Amino acid sequence: MPVVDFLLEPLGYDFMQRAFLVTVTAAIVCGVLSCWLVLIGWSLMGDAVSHAVLPGVVLAYLLGTPFAVGALVFGLGAVALIFLVRATSRVKGDAAIGVVFTTLFALGLVLISVVPSQTDLGHILFGNLLGVSAADLVQVLVLGAVTLAILVLKRRDLTLYAFDPTHAHAIGLNPKALGALLLALLALTVVVALQAVGVVLVVAMVIIPGATAYLLTDRFARMLVIAPAIAAVCAIVGIYASYYLDAASGGMVVLTMGVAFALAYLFAPRHGVVGRRVLAARRRRAATAAAVSQPDPARVG
Amino acid sequence: MTGPAASARPDAPAGDEAPALEVHGLTVHYGDVLALDDVSLTLRRGTVCGLIGMNGSGKSTLFKAIMGTVHPDRGSVAIAGRTPRQARRAGVVGYVPQSEEVDWAFPLSVHDVVMMGRYGYQGFTRRPRPADRAAVAEALERVELADLADRRIGALSGGQRKRAFVARGLAQGADVLLLDEPFAGVDRPSERTISELLRELAAGGATVLVSSHDLEALPRLADEVILLLRRVLLHGSPDEALQPEQLARAFGLDLTGRSED
Repeated sequence: MPVVDFLLEPLGYDFMQRAFLVTVTAAIVCGVLSCWLVLIGWSLMGDAVSHAVLPGVVLAYLLGTPFAVGALVFGLGAVALIFLVRATSRVKGDAAIGVVFTTLFALGLVLISVVPSQTDLGHILFGNLLGVSAADLVQVLVLGAVTLAILVLKRRDLTLYAFDPTHAHAIGLNPKALGALLLALLALTVVVALQAVGVVLVVAMVIIPGATAYLLTDRFARMLVIAPAIAAVCAIVGIYASYYLDAASGGMVVLTMGVAFALAYLFAPRHGVVGRRVLAARRRRAATAAAVSQPDPARVG
Repeated sequence: MTGPAASARPDAPAGDEAPALEVHGLTVHYGDVLALDDVSLTLRRGTVCGLIGMNGSGKSTLFKAIMGTVHPDRGSVAIAGRTPRQARRAGVVGYVPQSEEVDWAFPLSVHDVVMMGRYGYQGFTRRPRPADRAAVAEALERVELADLADRRIGALSGGQRKRAFVARGLAQGADVLLLDEPFAGVDRPSERTISELLRELAAGGATVLVSSHDLEALPRLADEVILLLRRVLLHGSPDEALQPEQLARAFGLDLTGRSED
């Protein structure tokens, strides 16, 4: 059967199997995390952490440590630095984010240019899905599983933090600690997704699935299922597309997510642009029909 | 206009039970700005107290100090005889936020929000137990929102939203309820419903502190009123507080350029 061949052919290669595993893992973790980022309004934070890990990845290659270690150190360091600048200067939050992450990203670019190494800049910036080693795969699977487990177990606390941190405080929880937990999980998630789509496009993975799911449901519990499901499907579709079109894999995955968002934006039943119109038209028709079928009470009286 | 004298309370606390809320000599600065100046007040259990003052009078700061999100320069807060921290841990303090503080587009149902009142009693993952579900159902019954439990919180009317947050405090079992401007953007019938509800809760032993601009609602809502302008100008009955000269002081009518909103 040609369809089966079409689907199975890429899986005949070990590197493609690893690519699928890494991307789907990253997509699921990113998809779950994105639900909170979208609702809190931390998109820029996602952008910041993902760019800020660049020097960490370069240094890790240089020192021969796992890339995840370097990335995590710089991801968490960037978050800490942003909060330090915000808390100890008059610079506003978004400016603090902008200053810190661009500077760290620039440091990464400079490091790559001066350090003689076999590191390919393009691979770090845009992902190197087809070059995932077995060791990389283990790192991603372990970190992904840990991150996902924490997100799922602490989901109610994180939602409370996103919705009403004052209430969290009032009932004796620590909203600052919950915020820090979420940021640490963001750093972990970025590391998980780094190989799949690269530094530049990670932010798409931690925003688009949540934004799409938000258009599709009014239930947060459902968002937490819809977002990773969409992300995983887009990841798989994107990799097939990149295989057969011979196009950049990271770009293709994110492009697919963008298309999914566009479809939800237009056709989501209640919150889509077209969906809303259809709903309004249906209501109008129902109202007119009711008015016609019901005699005017004033005249009857 | 002496602060301590103004803090004289209408009645001594009943019995030897600790008062529901005891604030003593509370002073808070934001940088160089004095937000609260030597505020002292005592609320007995089972009372509804209106906290009246213009914007910037320190109402929100007082709430924050009671909840412990603002650290005072001086002074102390005791809630049912406990420190604010102990009180929070015990779930004693329920908070109903101002409308502007809430993201009404958040995809949570009324039931979800009320369940958040139970988180302090739940385990690591906050998995609801039958007792939690029962407490939420009872709280929703109490505020007459049981039919709308599955409705998205933002799809409720202004008054229903407030009742949902009061229900969260009830599910929490809070003895002291703090409501920040609950009548802003709420129509008159809903204001009446909320006022009645708060009176019922007070009759059941809860202590309710309500900050408000709404002077018309005061007599049917509050047992006592505190007029606040960085310090306690008056702590007395609604009738006393509604005297024009008292209100003029509270709303700073002798200060040109200041206006209430």
